[in-house]
This record gives sequence, structure tokens and C-alpha cells, in this order.
Amino acid sequence: MGRTLLSGNEAVAQGAWEAGVSVGVGYPGTPSTETLQHFATLPDVYAEWAPNEKVALEVAAGVSFGGARTLVTTKHVGLNVAADPLFTLAYTGVNGGLVVLVADDPGMHSSQNEQDSHNYAAFARVPMLDPSDSQEALQFTREAFELSERFDVVVLVRSTVRVCHGKSMVECGERIEQSARAPYRPDPSKWVMMPAMARARRVDLDARMSALAAFAESSPLNRAEYRKAELGVVCAGVCYEHVREALPEASVLKLGMTFPLPEKLIAEFASRVERLIVVEEADGYLERSLLQMGVVLSDSGLPGAGEITPGMIRRAVGMPDPVLRERDDTLPPRPPLMCPGCPHRPVFHAFRKIKAVVTGDIGCYTLGALRPLAAMDTCVCMGAAVGMAHGAELAGGFADRPVVGVIGDSTFAHSGITGLVNTVYNGGGGTIAILDNRITAMTGHQGNPVNGITLQKRHSHELDLEALCTTIGVQRVRTVDPHDVAATESALREETSTEELSVIVFRAPCALLVKDKGQPYAVDEDACTSCGACVRLGCPAIGKDEATSKAYIDVSVCVGCAQCVQVCKFAAITHTGPACDIGEV
Amino acid sequence: MPATTVMLCGVGGQGTILAADLLAKVAAAAGMAVKLSEVHGMAQRGGSVDTIVRFGDEVHSPVTDPGDVDHLVAFEIIEAMRRVHYVKLGGRLLVNPRAIQPLPVLTGDVRAVHGLEAALEHEGAIFVDADVLACRAGSPKSANVVLMGALSVGLEFDKSAWIDVIASRVPPKTVEANLRAFELGREVCLKGECGL
Ligand code: SF4
Ligand code: SF4
Repeated sequence: MGRTLLSGNEAVAQGAWEAGVSVGVGYPGTPSTETLQHFATLPDVYAEWAPNEKVALEVAAGVSFGGARTLVTTKHVGLNVAADPLFTLAYTGVNGGLVVLVADDPGMHSSQNEQDSHNYAAFARVPMLDPSDSQEALQFTREAFELSERFDVVVLVRSTVRVCHGKSMVECGERIEQSARAPYRPDPSKWVMMPAMARARRVDLDARMSALAAFAESSPLNRAEYRKAELGVVCAGVCYEHVREALPEASVLKLGMTFPLPEKLIAEFASRVERLIVVEEADGYLERSLLQMGVVLSDSGLPGAGEITPGMIRRAVGMPDPVLRERDDTLPPRPPLMCPGCPHRPVFHAFRKIKAVVTGDIGCYTLGALRPLAAMDTCVCMGAAVGMAHGAELAGGFADRPVVGVIGDSTFAHSGITGLVNTVYNGGGGTIAILDNRITAMTGHQGNPVNGITLQKRHSHELDLEALCTTIGVQRVRTVDPHDVAATESALREETSTEELSVIVFRAPCALLVKDKGQPYAVDEDACTSCGACVRLGCPAIGKDEATSKAYIDVSVCVGCAQCVQVCKFAAITHTGPACDIGEV
Repeated sequence: MPATTVMLCGVGGQGTILAADLLAKVAAAAGMAVKLSEVHGMAQRGGSVDTIVRFGDEVHSPVTDPGDVDHLVAFEIIEAMRRVHYVKLGGRLLVNPRAIQPLPVLTGDVRAVHGLEAALEHEGAIFVDADVLACRAGSPKSANVVLMGALSVGLEFDKSAWIDVIASRVPPKTVEANLRAFELGREVCLKGECGL
């Protein structure tokens, strides 16, 4: 196969493929998404998106039970969703190798919280491997499948954003053939975790962990690199690379397996250096574990929050900073925003007009929380919009302000459905807006049960949201085209004015799926009264002229969706001619 | 020899990631160790983005710190200013002078900044009119390749390696326009002093 430039995510997929994995399953989530997407393109494999991570892990458990090797991919918060089966699968163990890639996001580049998944390894008692670059991502994934079968455990491979989305050179290998498939063996004492059997498996789990701890002591996954003795650093994952960059002379204990930890190796390393620090991101997992073992550590002073860089490590050990150019902190911030022509925009615009209290969810529409729309009151986790809307009603609602839960199509399938079942069951009211843009947009346009596009592009059933909501007992269900600004507002006004629970499905494709862009619009300066109504829509193509306060439209950004036309009371926004001559300079 | 660090920055959707990929592949073709680091997700929705490419005999960290960047390639002028302090004293700053106003400025929440060209010029920036040149090359979307053309002058890689990588990486229909864009970017730099 030879050497190629691969991202860490692609390398995990390649490693799984080389390990003979036949089934991959996951739910898209930055920074893990490309792993399964890449895996799906490799020969002789089957891959699917599950509606959520718990389902993904359960499917994988079945695959493993059936004797084949399987890969699950998730981001850190997705592992929370899959935690329930994970903890019990630690007891059952596996048949075919089962490996879960969990991608953490220190620095929260695109996540609602920062988690250190090492804690899950220790908590659930399953081994964890920490690759530090693409080459290791491949090798460690292969190794993880070996360990999974050899020690009868689920293995977690923990990656972080810089490994996932970093690219480096990788030596690819051949695939182990499918003859590796383990035969199915019925064994209720292993697979049926009711109390009597679980108690026995708990003892067995401890034995497996001891065996793994012994393995960790001598495995090449963990490596002590002795250089100068003055300073020793314990680290794992991408932090190893930062340490090598910042402190080329330091001795380093690179932990490729971070649970269970090689206690003897750590003690030996500690005894051979004068001063020992730990460099890790997000949480003090390694530091805490070492202190518990009685290892004496110096405080690195590195922060728990956010990403570590080589410069921070240099500073922590007292090395001088380079001379810097002056930095300008007065620049306007540039937050992410909904695309021009995004179908979600008029919905948030209407929320604002009807003064709704909006319980929100995870996806592009989270951007509706930002100014100028600023029409979202909560964002907690996938599916929370529905449950929180019900809870807000239970609290007694908000004087004269309607409560609306807002959730996307994919997120609704992920974990909104159960929330809605709950509201119906308990006789709750309120309004749920399902923003069906026909795709899982935020993570880069994956298919989902609502649009019926599978990961490997097979044709499948489109989940009928209206029929589903009706079936589970929602009496008031209607469908609205969100590009129609007036219809969007009046539907919301009507539904929020009734006591009954209602669902409005706002359906229009994500602007990035619309290939034929409309003609751009322009502002007629004479007709514009500077009222700012169009600017408050928050379209990145519309600005307010600093000098005149009149609106203007950037023709190179406008996609001609005509939303602004509908909000301008003075008919000041009109079609331009075929004016965009960019490209003909 | 320490690794060379290139930072590409701009606004989500401008093609910084593709450009970084081209550079990384050219360095890899030259037999160097390469690391590329980027952040997607939220940032793709018109937010501020950067990508780091590091190459050399040996490369460890995929990220970088203020004062450590050898070449900053900015696809947009406000983003250039935002990262000036990353560039080494004596490092190179290539800037597309195009401004894309952030939403808080468009809505009037935050005032626009003026005088960025002068401030960047003071820092030794070289301006490459990438959007205009891309249009001249026949593809407005090839501004990223124009900037790679400008960057290529001053890096040790053969021009032919760039041409091979561009031809194999961009959509087949746009190969010619992209190669023209690359050439126009180079010309700007070869004519001017180009920060070298
Ligand atoms: S990607 Fe689609 S859904 Fe997301 S903000 Fe853009 S247009 Fe809207
Ligand atoms: S038509 Fe109006 S709202 Fe739609 S993209 Fe153009 S400027 Fe924005």
C-alpha cells in the first residue's frame, strides 16, 4: 500500500480495515465523523450511520457476538449516550473484536463541553489506547483489535481533535482476511448479564484487567525515552508531540496505553529523573492516577481547560518566550453563522418576533443563539430541546411568552423522539419545531433516517416525521416551508397560542444542498428607510452602511433566497440584473 | 534544521483546507516529514479559521505558538491582522487584501476597523490580490491556489511538484484554471520583492 498522507481519522479507518473489520457503525460528530465516512469507502466492508451512539454500540455488540470484528466511532459526548451498553459490555466482553474510537475535543472547537474520555476507560474498566499521530492511529487501531480478542474486552481508542484532523505520513499495510472470524458460541453466562451471571463476570472482569495491567508493563505501546535526567515528562496522545517539540532534551514516558496504567514502568521512570511533570489536556487524569500510585510530581502549572501547545510547555518549565510582534485585540470577532439562504433563519427570526422562550439543541441551528437573531435560550445536549420544553412548561411557563423546543431532523431521530413520547405520555403542552433541512448539516452533510440516505448511499426508507408524530399521539402536526417568512410566523403564532402539544415540521433543504442559486438581490437606496429589518435577519450578505445606515447586499455572497425581500416593508429589496460579473475580470 | 511552519488563515469556506492539503502533499512528495492540523465543525460556517502545515526532516507538534510561524498566508485581511503576532520576526506575511466583514460588523453591533493595509504593510506584509487574479485565471474559486503560487516562491519545492499535486487534487474541469491561478500567484511574487 505504501506511504500516504492521512488524517488521524482516516488512519483509524485504515487500521480497522487492515484488522479485517467488516462492520463499522457510528453517529456523526466532530471531530470523529470522517473516520466512518472513510471506512465506508474501503473495499469489502459494510458501514452504517446509526440514529445515535447507544444504538451504534448495540449494533456493534451484536456484530461482535456474531463473531465478526467491528468498529464504533463517536465523539466524546456521544460516548455519554453509549455509556449504558458500554459499561455492561465491559462485563460480557467480546467474541469478534470490538473497538470504539472516541474523539475528544479539548478546546471545544465544536462541542458543548470538554470531556476527558480517559475517565470512561477507568470508570467502565475497559482498556484505552492513545495514539499521538496518524501512523499510531493506524497501528494502535490494529493493535486494539488484537487486544480486544486476546483479552476478551471492548477497547477504546482515544483520539483528540489534533490527531483526528491532523494529517501526517502513514505506512499502510494489508488486510487480515476474514477467515479471522470467530465462530458463534452460545454462552448465557457470558452474554446474559442478569445479576447472578453478572456477579461472576465482574470477578472475571477484574482478572482480565489484571492481565491487561501486566501486559501494559511490557507492551511497546508504552515507551520510556531516556535523555537528560533533570526533567522527565509523562504524557500521552498528541501531547507527546508537543513535549518532543518543546523539550527535545527531556526524558519522556510516552503512554500509548493509558488504562490500565503500567505502574512499575511509571515508578521506574520516576526514579530515574530528578523532576517529573505530567503534560495532559482537559482533565488531570494521568496526574491524579500517578499521585494515587504515590509518584512524586512537580506541578507543571499547565491549565486544565483547553488545548496544550509547545509554547505553553516551554513556559511551564521556565524557558523564555520568543520576541513577539504586537497583537491587535481590538479586531471584530468573527463567530460562525448560518449560511446565506439557510432555511433555519426565518424560523429564528419568527421566534424573536413572537418572543418565544426557545429550548434549543445541537446542530447548525444552535447558531440561532448568536446575534442578531439571538433567539435561543438553552443548548445542552442532543435531544434536550424536547425534554426541556416540557420541563419549562411544568415549571409554569413564562408570562405571556410561549415555549418552543427547536430540534433538527437528525437530532430528532437521535434522541428527540423519546422526549416527545414522554411529553405526549405525560400530557404536556408546548410547541416543538422540527427543522428538517433534509441532512445532518453541521458535521458535513451526512444522511440520516429522515432523508433515508445511508452512509454507503444505498436507497432506504425516509422516516415520515408527520406520520410518526401523529402515531405517537401528537394531535396537532403541520408542515411549513420556512422560506415563507409570513407562513412561518403565523404557524408559530397559532400553534403556540393553543394549550395542546403541537409539532411544526419546517421543511426546506439546507442551503448548501441547493445547487441552483437564485439571482442575487440588491437594495434600492432611495427606497431604503434604514429601518434595519433586513439586517436583523442576520444574513451574512446584508450589511448596514456605516455612513448612511442604509442596507446593502454583497452580490458575491447573496444566494437569492428572497427571505430579506419578505421582511422589507418598503419594497426596497429588488432583483438586480444579471449583475454578478465576477470571473470576467 | 528546525521544521518550517506555515499558517494559512481566513474565513470558513474560503478553501484554506484544500490549499493546506496541496502544500502538505508537495512537501511529502519531496520526501519530507509533514504534519497538517486544522479545525472544522463550527468554524466552517463562516467563522475564523486557520490551518497549520509543518514540514522538515523531523516534525513533532502539529500546532504552533505566537512567534513561531515562518510564513503566514492570509486569505482575508482582518484574519491576517488577527494572527500577525504568530509570525516570527523576519517571517513572511502574504495577504489577500480582500475584507469580508464579520456579522457583528454587518449588523452594526461592532464598528468596522480601518487602516489594516497600512498596519500590515508596517509589519512587512506583501499583498497578493488573490480574488482578482483568480477571476483572471478563469475561476473565482481558485484564490486559494493563487496564494499557493505566491507562497511557492520562497519555499524550496520544485514548481513541477506543485503542478503535479494541483492537477491531481482539484476537480478535473478546473485543472487549467487552477494552474493559471498558480502561475499568476507566482508572477506577483517573482515581480515584487515578495517578502523574501
Ligand atoms: S449548513 Fe445548511 S443548515 Fe447549516 S447553516 Fe448552512 S444552510 Fe443552514
Ligand atoms: S436574498 Fe436576501 S436573505 Fe437571501 S441570501 Fe440574498 S441577501 Fe441574504
